[in-house]
Amino acid sequence: MFSDYTSAELLSIFAMQGFAGLILFSVFVLMALGLAIIFGQMGVINMAHGEFMILGAYVTYLISNLFATYLPSLFGIYFFIAMIISFVAAGALGALVEWSFIRFLYQRPLDTLLATWGLSLILQQVYRSVFGAREVGVTLPDWLMGSIPLTETIELPINGMFVMGLTLTIAVAVYLLMYKSRWGCQVRAVVQNRPMAAAVGINTARIDRITFALGCGIAGVAGSAFTMIGSTGPTAGQLYIVDTFLVVVFGGAASLLGTIASAFTISQAQSTMEFFLSGSMAKVLTLLTVVIILMIRPQGLFAMKVRK
Amino acid sequence: MSDKNSVKDFVLSVEGLTVSFDGFKAVNDLSFYVEEGEIRVIIGPNGAGKTTVLDLICGKTKSTEGSIKFRGKELTKMTEHAIVHSGVGRKFQNPSIYEDLTVFENLELSFPRGRSVAGALFFRRDKEVLEAVEEVAETIFLHDQLHTTAGLLSHGQKQWLEIGMLLIQKPDLLMLDEPVAGMSVAERKRTAELLNRITKGRSVIVIEHDMQFVEDIAHRVTVMHQGKTLSEGSMERVKNDPKVIEVYLGH
Amino acid sequence: MSLNTRSLKTSMHSIKTVFPKGDLFYLAVLALFLGVLLPMTLDIFRLNMVGKYLTYAFVAVGLVLCWGYGGILSLGQGVFFGLGGYCMAMFLKLESSDPESTKIQSTPGIPDFMDWNQITELPWFWEPFYSLPFTIIAIIAVPTIFAYIIAVAMFKRRVGGVYFAIITQAIASILTILIIGQQGYTGGVNGITDLRTLLGWDIRTDSAKYVLYYVNFVCLMACLLIAQFVRKSKLGRLLVAMRGREDRVRFSGYDVSSFKIFVFCLGAAFSAIGGAMFTLQVGFMSPSFVGIVPSIEMVIFCAVGGRLSIFGAVYGALLVNWAKTTFSESFPELWLFAMGALFIGVVMAFPSGLAGIYKSHVEPFILRSWQKLKQAKPQPPEPPTSVPEKAPPPKTTPQNAAQPHPIVLTGSISPVGK
Repeated sequence: MFSDYTSAELLSIFAMQGFAGLILFSVFVLMALGLAIIFGQMGVINMAHGEFMILGAYVTYLISNLFATYLPSLFGIYFFIAMIISFVAAGALGALVEWSFIRFLYQRPLDTLLATWGLSLILQQVYRSVFGAREVGVTLPDWLMGSIPLTETIELPINGMFVMGLTLTIAVAVYLLMYKSRWGCQVRAVVQNRPMAAAVGINTARIDRITFALGCGIAGVAGSAFTMIGSTGPTAGQLYIVDTFLVVVFGGAASLLGTIASAFTISQAQSTMEFFLSGSMAKVLTLLTVVIILMIRPQGLFAMKVRK
Repeated sequence: MSDKNSVKDFVLSVEGLTVSFDGFKAVNDLSFYVEEGEIRVIIGPNGAGKTTVLDLICGKTKSTEGSIKFRGKELTKMTEHAIVHSGVGRKFQNPSIYEDLTVFENLELSFPRGRSVAGALFFRRDKEVLEAVEEVAETIFLHDQLHTTAGLLSHGQKQWLEIGMLLIQKPDLLMLDEPVAGMSVAERKRTAELLNRITKGRSVIVIEHDMQFVEDIAHRVTVMHQGKTLSEGSMERVKNDPKVIEVYLGH
Repeated sequence: MSLNTRSLKTSMHSIKTVFPKGDLFYLAVLALFLGVLLPMTLDIFRLNMVGKYLTYAFVAVGLVLCWGYGGILSLGQGVFFGLGGYCMAMFLKLESSDPESTKIQSTPGIPDFMDWNQITELPWFWEPFYSLPFTIIAIIAVPTIFAYIIAVAMFKRRVGGVYFAIITQAIASILTILIIGQQGYTGGVNGITDLRTLLGWDIRTDSAKYVLYYVNFVCLMACLLIAQFVRKSKLGRLLVAMRGREDRVRFSGYDVSSFKIFVFCLGAAFSAIGGAMFTLQVGFMSPSFVGIVPSIEMVIFCAVGGRLSIFGAVYGALLVNWAKTTFSESFPELWLFAMGALFIGVVMAFPSGLAGIYKSHVEPFILRSWQKLKQAKPQPPEPPTSVPEKAPPPKTTPQNAAQPHPIVLTGSISPVGK
């Protein structure tokens, strides 16, 4: 299948597909980071995670419309404000959800899966009722449009690079928060030994709520970033949820680094194959490979052997 | 004396056993031999690797190196259920019973028949099963609780039930992890009697912290420390071993 | 001591019966409801709908065994439902694509969607589906073998719980994308449609729909009998035991994975029968019954009915689907809210579903009324299903007295001991 192309063309193809893969990678990482915190640290299967992401996307859409109508002069920076509000909105909804039912289900992971699936159905219908069934997109500010020519055949879109930069920033922030801050230490303490953490004076219920809210908030930011590269519909979240779970599981549930590495592998494999095969077959092959690898190595790529 | 004996005189020979978890050697080059009909007690400070040894013998943990031979069969390569079939029974540290089922059903499930899928589907509760269950229930002081849901039993009764579940398997080698932990004094006494009765004709490995209890039942004692054998022999000998005294009292 | 022996005898007695404690009564009620009451009261259009709902009951019953008993939550039951349905649809499609009725195609004699996709030759894996016996075997065998491969790969490596759920979900997703992507071979997103006859017998007529309803009914009853037999065998108790203490089961000498593999394959086989019956009664099969969404909905049928009750699962499938149809007809936008609320509600408030509500609320009420009735009349009539052959034991608890002991039926079902 390579014979039709010259080597220079092949190089450009791989570079461009690689870049497309990097954007997919960014979306995966942003979604998976939130999920890795909630699933990896708390053991909760949040099937509504995609809907939290879509919430961020719709918030961004609303804010962009607000700015376009009332503050056109500041339109260039609306995205940063939208991102913060998306984080807060998704986080607040997350805290509400945790308080109203997740907290009763910590001992029953399969039941959280079903309950959050119900939540995702409700949220989808809410989006459909409020925003309509059609997909909506945001207008990008001028400085995010266009692309930088790298060579004659390779061009890098600016919005894509922006999203990647954003991903990097958020990933670093999450890493610092989880592994370098006192709060992150508390979260990990609660995960590893709940009664002991409670005994040394950690308010475990509060830690749970904030952790869940944080994971949802990051999903909101992911949705915000998502609007930069695609349009949003009520069911867009569901399209990504299974892929994202595979990313998290493939990376080894509790490892942030593993999550990022696995997001990178999966997205690169998929986007490179997409050029040569049809999109659906590329996805089938990618998912199938991941599933088969998981069957051979169920603990994921990055997991420690521990003494039980 | 044991050095002169050939391997087949031992029920269990553990040689050069090592297991490492990400570089940490929980059991390190451990060797010991259990004779036919012997009651061996393993003692040692927390984290010495006692429970890990039982995990290795029964196949719950796979060894990194070394060999475990039970009646000439190499256990390290066998699956857990095959190890059980060859005659090794194991009791866990915390009572591990089926809380949703009755005492009767707990014992019935442990009865060594119908262990395949088809066998379980077409298993009949016949006279042989009933008699075995009744006999064991009598032994473990639970004959009037047969239809009680196991989750409702007291902690000590749960420990007995688990011992009963092992007995009904008729194992040649019985491994008990802290059988009297969490028991009242009266229950301890009854358990010691129980163990003395059921250990006749089989070999037993016991992990225990209660020294009085150990003295009551042990034929030989192995002291473990940091994954290795620190001392071995009769209780008397072990008690007076300066290395043991240092490990136990030095901290 | 004598008391002890007696109590043992009663346990021995109850294992002889696959249907203890009134289960036969519930089965009879269900059979009367589905086999007599509904066909008498509903027109054929509605009855055909009920038949469609009942095809999901196969899946739900399988899930009771896998999930309720075995603790294995599969979010990919749609895969097996779909595979069974597609096997059936392939046979029917080939029959309705004879060269005579497809002569306007550029390649006559192959299914129309293949022709639309410029395929000129019947793919090799379609060939055997000209044969009905092969198709019937394939309906059960293909999904079961597929389930076996998944189960061996996962359970031998001790993957379970949440991971198993996610991976089965991924498999459902993969299969859907594959079916939609390979239009030429599968009919794509529309599925395999326009199915008309089975060996020349028109399955679209009202009389055929009646017959198919009863075929479906008989298959479902057969699956329920098998499920009940498994549930009441030692294997059923082992599943319960495994759910709580997998290690203990392993160290009692059982190969835990083989039991999980068995029950997962059984669930897959049930689902496949349901899928095939769906194709026959509804007249098409499409990827919209395979993917993530239908698969997880099938779990809710089971959860609503009660994850530990095989009879409850049937009612759950009926009720949820009936509600879905009613809602979608009158308030389409409310349906997802209702469905979402159902998921949350059943998990939060009614983890044992309808069966649980029945056990805790309805049954005591019936028992009380029964007692009152008994006191009112000096000679109460026998309960309808109770046919005692022996005299009842001298001292029976009130519970035993109220529940019929169906000794008659068991002789024919329970296997001769090994």
